Amino acid sequence: MAIISIEGNAKQLVLTVQEYSLFAWRAFLNLFRPPIYVVDFLLQSDIIGFGSIPICVLSGFFTGGVLALQSAATLASFGATAVTGRFVALTMFRELGPVLTGVMVSGRNASSMASELGSMVVTEQIDAMRALGVDPLRKLVTPRIFACITMLFFLTILSDFMGILGGAFVTVFMNHQNGTQYFSMAWESLRYPDVIQGLVKPLFSGYIIASIGCFYGLKTTGGTQGVGRATIQAVVWSSVFIIVADFFVTRIMLFIFS
Amino acid sequence: MNTLPPSGQSGQNIVLTEETQAPVLEFQHVTISFEGPPVLSDVSFTVAPGETRILLGPAGVGKSVLLKLANGLLRPDSGSIRLFGEEIATMPEEQLFPLRKRIGMVFQEGALFDSLTVRDNVAYQLIQQRVADEEIDERVREALTFVGLEETFSLYPSSLSGGMRRRVAIARAFIHHPELLLYDSPTGGLDPVTSTTIIELIVKERDVHRTPSLLVTHRIQDAFTLCTHHFDKEKNAMVPLPKGTIDLGTTFLMLDEGRMLFDGSLHDLVNSSNDFVREFLE
Repeated sequence: MAIISIEGNAKQLVLTVQEYSLFAWRAFLNLFRPPIYVVDFLLQSDIIGFGSIPICVLSGFFTGGVLALQSAATLASFGATAVTGRFVALTMFRELGPVLTGVMVSGRNASSMASELGSMVVTEQIDAMRALGVDPLRKLVTPRIFACITMLFFLTILSDFMGILGGAFVTVFMNHQNGTQYFSMAWESLRYPDVIQGLVKPLFSGYIIASIGCFYGLKTTGGTQGVGRATIQAVVWSSVFIIVADFFVTRIMLFIFS
Repeated sequence: MNTLPPSGQSGQNIVLTEETQAPVLEFQHVTISFEGPPVLSDVSFTVAPGETRILLGPAGVGKSVLLKLANGLLRPDSGSIRLFGEEIATMPEEQLFPLRKRIGMVFQEGALFDSLTVRDNVAYQLIQQRVADEEIDERVREALTFVGLEETFSLYPSSLSGGMRRRVAIARAFIHHPELLLYDSPTGGLDPVTSTTIIELIVKERDVHRTPSLLVTHRIQDAFTLCTHHFDKEKNAMVPLPKGTIDLGTTFLMLDEGRMLFDGSLHDLVNSSNDFVREFLE
């Protein structure tokens, strides 16, 4: 019985990967083909971008702060507290800024997309849209992907900036170090490859969040309980894939800039 | 309007006359299943121009599935479905969208977009086609007047009753003057008075525009009302046909356990010797 269950789950997993690959490919191609729903794009940009500003500001600020707190104790033992700014800036720009922003936005928006589209599926609104001659993939999915990629790019910049401010706050007001030195070290340590690496990642994360959120939403079955399941799967898998994609993008970037 | 006494054989002649025109919708040996026994098995029927076909059957026999197959929302496992003369069973989704724009579909629970106002719901297709706002407003008001809901223009679906939502869904299906109408249990779950209002709208559309339609229902009383009434334009109301006459363009199909049990006129239906048909009618 257990073997049958494993076989069934494995088949289901392969089928889901196949369905997602086809879905993601079609959604990707639609980014470059008309019709482009500009109003839907702007609406989604507002929901995804402006709506996510508070969580990105808070998570960025406190991540930078905690980096400064943690690093200060270790760096002090080497007499190198002066490089706190460098440590915070590099970590925020290269890794924590893009990844944490991606995960935070995923928690807020992949879930929202999955539940919204899932509810539309179970109330036959998606079927109604198709019956009215409108492609839900173009009307609902493409604007969300486009908006998510664009907004996550800017949210990551905001988060990086807030992280450096959070680090500065801790460095100056809690560790009683020199603020000018902190900012100077942060500024001098950053190179273009670090910035490019940090800004390429949200492009992938944005695509992952929106495509997985929409995929699980449109795949919803089983009524309201199914909407709950779709929401959980969307958040879990988009968060996991953001970290997986981060690993591969980092590897490629390090190879390119080495 | 074609009317005929329910008894008599001339109904057969009328059907033959109508069959000379190419059907709007044609199912041939259609079978579909979802991880189990077939939901529909070897189903064949046609909808001719101007014809209203009423699909009867108890709940869960695949009536809604059949309707979704009719406009390509679902794909059959085998068999052929021809819509406006084009084979849609294997047609890519992209090519189906222009065909679907020629159809009006009323879903079981209305399926209105709850984030849009009644105006935007009814005008959904027109908005996508970038029709001018003034024309949209005019056509939406006309469609809402047709279903008697002019006052709901700016409201959201959440503030409407179940019956009103169905009527808005009907207005959405009618607004672009479709070439085929599909109704999925339009009176299901409604009280008798609201059901009669909905049936009156369907009769009105049938008799005013003669749009071919396929109507799914398990309510035999609604089916009989459709057959025995017509829309009087002068009185602007649905009135009974003279005693002993029926609407000839309205015919019946009956499904049971995924198989088409019956295909014929009201006369054939009430005189059927099939046990299931007789039990269903009783």
